[in-house]
Amino acid sequence: MTEVKELTCISCPLGCSLTVTMEGKEVVKVEGNTCPKGKAYGEKEVTNPTRIVTSSVKVRGGILPVVSVKTASDIPKEKIAECSRALKGIQIDAPVKIGDTVLRNVGGTGVDMIATRNVRAKTS
Amino acid sequence: MREYDLIIVGGGPAGLAAAISAKKEGIHNLLILERDHELGGILNQCIHNGFGLHTFKEELTGPEYAYRFIEEAEKLEIPYKLNTMVLDISKEGKSKMVTAMNREDGLMFLKTKAVVLAMGCRERPRGALNIPGYRPAGIYTAGTAQRLVNMEGYMPGKEVVILGSGDIGLIMARRMTLEGAKVKVVAELLPYSGGLQRNIVQCLNDFGIPLKLSHTVVDIQGKERVTGITLAEVDENKKPIPGTEEFYSCDTLLLSCGLIPENELSGKMGVELSRVTSGPVVNESLETNVEGVFACGNVLHVHDLVDYVSEEAARAGSHAAEYIRSWDSIGKTEEEQTIRIQTEGGIRYSVPQIIRTEHMEENLTVRFRVGAVYRDAYVSVYCGDKRILHKKKRKLAPGEMEQVVLKKTDLTAEEGLDKIVMRVEEA
Ligand SMILES: Cc1cc2nc3c(=O)[nH]c(=O)nc-3n(C[C@H](O)[C@H](O)[C@H](O)COP(=O)(O)OP(=O)(O)OC[C@H]3O[C@@H](n4cnc5c(N)ncnc54)[C@H](O)[C@@H]3O)c2cc1C
Ligand code: SF4
Repeated sequence: MTEVKELTCISCPLGCSLTVTMEGKEVVKVEGNTCPKGKAYGEKEVTNPTRIVTSSVKVRGGILPVVSVKTASDIPKEKIAECSRALKGIQIDAPVKIGDTVLRNVGGTGVDMIATRNVRAKTS
Repeated sequence: MREYDLIIVGGGPAGLAAAISAKKEGIHNLLILERDHELGGILNQCIHNGFGLHTFKEELTGPEYAYRFIEEAEKLEIPYKLNTMVLDISKEGKSKMVTAMNREDGLMFLKTKAVVLAMGCRERPRGALNIPGYRPAGIYTAGTAQRLVNMEGYMPGKEVVILGSGDIGLIMARRMTLEGAKVKVVAELLPYSGGLQRNIVQCLNDFGIPLKLSHTVVDIQGKERVTGITLAEVDENKKPIPGTEEFYSCDTLLLSCGLIPENELSGKMGVELSRVTSGPVVNESLETNVEGVFACGNVLHVHDLVDYVSEEAARAGSHAAEYIRSWDSIGKTEEEQTIRIQTEGGIRYSVPQIIRTEHMEENLTVRFRVGAVYRDAYVSVYCGDKRILHKKKRKLAPGEMEQVVLKKTDLTAEEGLDKIVMRVEEA
């Protein structure tokens, strides 16, 4: 059975309109992409959609009360809510450095949460 | 009084890229002035990913993107002053006088040969929105909410309605949902969203948040704190249609109604501002009508992609460097050929607006925005009757900045050319 899906590529802000043609569970054609990333996105989005999750985590003793974080790689879309719940309870100590691991294996995804900025310790 | 070659006003991505390129071109006597307590500008609060795909070929969050430029600026030993507010810029002969203030130095008067304006933009204030009803607590601009949640760790509310579908509103819909709030609806007055399509997909569709186009808020309930709002559909004249009202209970209303370039300083100095962009009118070198004053980034026109900001700012920095190098010959101006870019037929504006062919490189990128959604249309550029460019675009939308590249040879071919016309042509 042939099925045609219309998607928007979210791999970069250009947002190309993609047309993905499927034969049963197989992707046979991706059209509308202007770069290879778009093809990969189209194939993945209809079979196993994933997202990078960004959020923030509480910091103790820093110049800011929170530090921004992201998943080190993309995680399955249905795990987003779980991932964000897992971040709620934790608090880390300043100083935090960009790239530091904030939480390992977030929400059982096998992916780590890492800091996306520096937060210096408060000097007082 | 300290004298500088170049002063950069604003330490966001635009200011940083301009400073880096000027420094690399040999301008060492320069200074960045930033009013915030850190460099990086608005990117520090944009903790979502999606930055830098063009520049670094990877998808960074706002703070990570900013950090790359901050690191480079530090490595190049570019001096900067934080917590420093620029209050005034004025002309002094060929030079400019920058008045700035901070706690350590107090009031400073800094003389400089050239200035790069990189002050970014601010959100449209809610007063301009004209929503009837009281002004209870719980109404925020989307950018304020973004700062509260992402930098101060404070959640403004639990049940949210968002008015306006600009990118910040869309991004905050996702952000607040992930923080445990219920985002009930995003309402947009226009029949299309002003935000990037990818944000509608990953911020609304992913979470089942409805987007109501051609809708507006007609009433806000609650005296002390917002308790609910009423939405109504609007007709083609943006007038609410009676009988379409729908009530949503909520404790927070976010307004995401667009950004405007921050140009108080520029206007006071006598920089000509465009009525369409609210930013300076500039030539091919990104120089304003005040010689030696350049502009880039969101202060020039509102960008949706930081990559374009960085690229544009690097060009501004490099042109400023060129201006400084030619300092001694300035004032002995020869007759120059100046061409105005006139935009019509669907194109709202272009940047630059003016081209001096003598100063033009072989190719010039002209950025523009359209006023409506077009499919399979052409962007055309005319010199008189002659069409010098005819480019097919699959889709043009007001939310997405577009560009065309003009060739110098096309513009110098015509003797005495003083105007070119850009328009959208439907197939
Ligand atoms: C909410 C939001 C989301 C965005 N999302 C994306 C995205 O997903 N992907 C993407 O590519 N781009 C995105 N952008 C666009 C991009 O981040 C901006 O276009 C870019 O940050 C603009 O850079 P700028 O340097 O011109 O302005 P800004 O970053 O605003 O920097 C201006 C700086 O000037 C300083 N300043 C202003 N006035 C003065 C003064 N008088 N004296 C001293 N300093 C002053 C300010 O404090 C500020 O630090 C987003 C923008 C916003 C607002
Ligand atoms: S197809 Fe390529 S260029 Fe188009 S949105 Fe996807 S990643 Fe960006």
